[in-house]
Amino acid sequence: MSEQTPAAPQETKRTGTPGGAPPADEHRRVEAAAAAEGDTRSRFGRFMGSSFGRNLGLVIALLVLCAVGVATAGDRFASTDNMLTILRLASGIGVVSIGMTFVIIGGGIDLSVGAIVALSSVWATTLATQRMAEDTHWIVMVFTALAVGVGCGLVNGVLIAYGGMAPFIVTLAMLAAARGLAELISERRTQIIEVRALVDFINGDFLGVPVLIWIFAVVSAIGWVLLNRTTFGRRTIAVGGNATAARLAGISVKRHTVLLYALLGLACGIAAVMLMARTTTGSSTHGLYWELDAIAAVVIGGTLLTGGRGTIVGTIFGVLIFMTLTNVFTLNNLDSSTQAVAKGAIIVIAVLLQQRVAARSDSS
Amino acid sequence: MSVRTNRPFRRLLTTTAAVLAGAALVAGCTSNEPEEDPDAAGETGNGGGDAPAGSNDEPGETVTIGFSGPLADHGWLAAVNESAIAEAESYEDVELRTAEATNDASLQISQIETFINEGVDAIVLLPTDGAQLTEVATRAMEAGIPVVNVDREFSSPFAARTTILGDNYGMGVSAGTYACQLIEDNGIEDPVIAEIAGIDSLPLTQDRSQGFADALDACGQTVDNRVAAEFTVESGEEQASNLLQAAPQIDVVWNHDDDQGVGVKQAFDNAGRDEFFFIGGAGSANAMRWIQDGEMEATVLYPPTQAADGIRLARLLAQNKGMSDLVQVEVPRRIVLNAPVVTQENVDQYMHLGFES
Repeated sequence: MSEQTPAAPQETKRTGTPGGAPPADEHRRVEAAAAAEGDTRSRFGRFMGSSFGRNLGLVIALLVLCAVGVATAGDRFASTDNMLTILRLASGIGVVSIGMTFVIIGGGIDLSVGAIVALSSVWATTLATQRMAEDTHWIVMVFTALAVGVGCGLVNGVLIAYGGMAPFIVTLAMLAAARGLAELISERRTQIIEVRALVDFINGDFLGVPVLIWIFAVVSAIGWVLLNRTTFGRRTIAVGGNATAARLAGISVKRHTVLLYALLGLACGIAAVMLMARTTTGSSTHGLYWELDAIAAVVIGGTLLTGGRGTIVGTIFGVLIFMTLTNVFTLNNLDSSTQAVAKGAIIVIAVLLQQRVAARSDSS
Repeated sequence: MSVRTNRPFRRLLTTTAAVLAGAALVAGCTSNEPEEDPDAAGETGNGGGDAPAGSNDEPGETVTIGFSGPLADHGWLAAVNESAIAEAESYEDVELRTAEATNDASLQISQIETFINEGVDAIVLLPTDGAQLTEVATRAMEAGIPVVNVDREFSSPFAARTTILGDNYGMGVSAGTYACQLIEDNGIEDPVIAEIAGIDSLPLTQDRSQGFADALDACGQTVDNRVAAEFTVESGEEQASNLLQAAPQIDVVWNHDDDQGVGVKQAFDNAGRDEFFFIGGAGSANAMRWIQDGEMEATVLYPPTQAADGIRLARLLAQNKGMSDLVQVEVPRRIVLNAPVVTQENVDQYMHLGFES
């Protein structure tokens, strides 16, 4: 914050009319300039530049999927119950994907998210933790899961930022180690949660909507604000776009990288709690292949794998497209092999669509 | 300048310290010592204790048996490995060499090579992949070491002296036959039958599904809705949730695997659906408790004691004994275990076989 705020008022003074322009005028002037620039583009181009337009390819993909769902399964697809099921199943992987969006925009990658989810869920459901939770409050289990998640994220981040190792390698190591540790702690058994209060609360409803979906919504909202409306978000984009430039601009790239991985670790902890409630268990098999699902959702959502550009809304669409796809296929009783082929095709089509649309909005 | 470079670092330090302190606090939480004694797993292996002992159980010459199994990444496999080790410990004339459990076929091959070099008297082998371990097992046989092949079959009949298998196709048949019986007994017309399979690419899943379909076919029924999970709790919950949306009304549902069944059951509970007969598979302790409580109709057993039986057979082979309950002097070439249906009536009889998932 301190690097950028002093610069802005100076700029206003230099370019503003003598006597000092009021901020409102300044705002209007910028808007007018933007409108003038917009005149050089077509109406379509301006529309495509908007946040809705950038995600148009995804909206189309999701709408087509929904249309297929309604056409083939009718009311079974279009029911409120089914919509809530899709959202509930999307919530856990969705939270992880939002964290993953930050890491990928920041120029990194994390292959260990699924393993961290597994470790958090196991650590938070051991008999010792559950006993402690029964003696005090179930929030102890939530705290444990979050702490384990953040801890793993910090280890990833510190090794990458200060150890100078490639994110791919560090998180691959964490993938193996965290799941191994989860297996050691759980002795490869599924740990059933006896603390009903935790399950009842997180698995329950609030205002008629499952709490799991509320958590997904809140995390999405926080993620959007964090990326689009805060210095943290702008720094993330700067670090991912050009780390050297970001460093020269005074951003502590290393510290920021650590924060990004810790943030993703936190998201994994949250997802672990959600999974614990959904399945009433902690298990070393939780979150299997989530790293691939999360990265796929983020990439489909239009985030550049090289970093520097991406949106939260796109990621949410990416997750929803996958979950809706599985749902529509199940409603039509198609087998899992067909689903796998379709998922592959959808990734390619969605990314192609996304690139075309994005390219058109940039050029026009 | 110094302020700007120091502060973030200090903040990072405090954050790290705080998290580490938090981690230290929860580190105590990794303990998983159960308060009551876990007798289920131990008992599966010590079934020999209360069985009527034939002359075969009397100590003979001490034999060395090599045991190698895949990494126990789920409850059933863990029970298989544990019961094998427990079985060997119950014989004072058996010295067991246990190889580190692995999912790497080439590592398992080298383990068997070590057994051959050590000159063990018999080998009990649950291969990570039957075909890949066939060659080394054949070499062991050629070296005069009898190999007992457990659960996953070799691709050559010369690779094992005795093969002991669970019956995946039979599991499907048992489940299908029981489903037919339920439909008939309850007079359900035009029943909706659902199936929650395991990993679809595995032959064992295909065998189970085929058996289920064949048995249903015999009473004129078909599977109406089918989903495939991945043997994990999470995938079970996800697939079952979608399945419930696909079929607003179900009469019978067969879930292949009780490990993923924990998630399947939770999905049923979440949706408040219990209008159907819920049949499980494998026979975990959880499933048996649900059957006792009336929350589950039945489960089809896939015995986790195969490797333990393998140890017994290996001991007999090494000591040149036959099976005392058979007239035949030699241990049979091939044993296929039955896949009985466990219901509320007979659950107490099978409870000790239930493995903790």
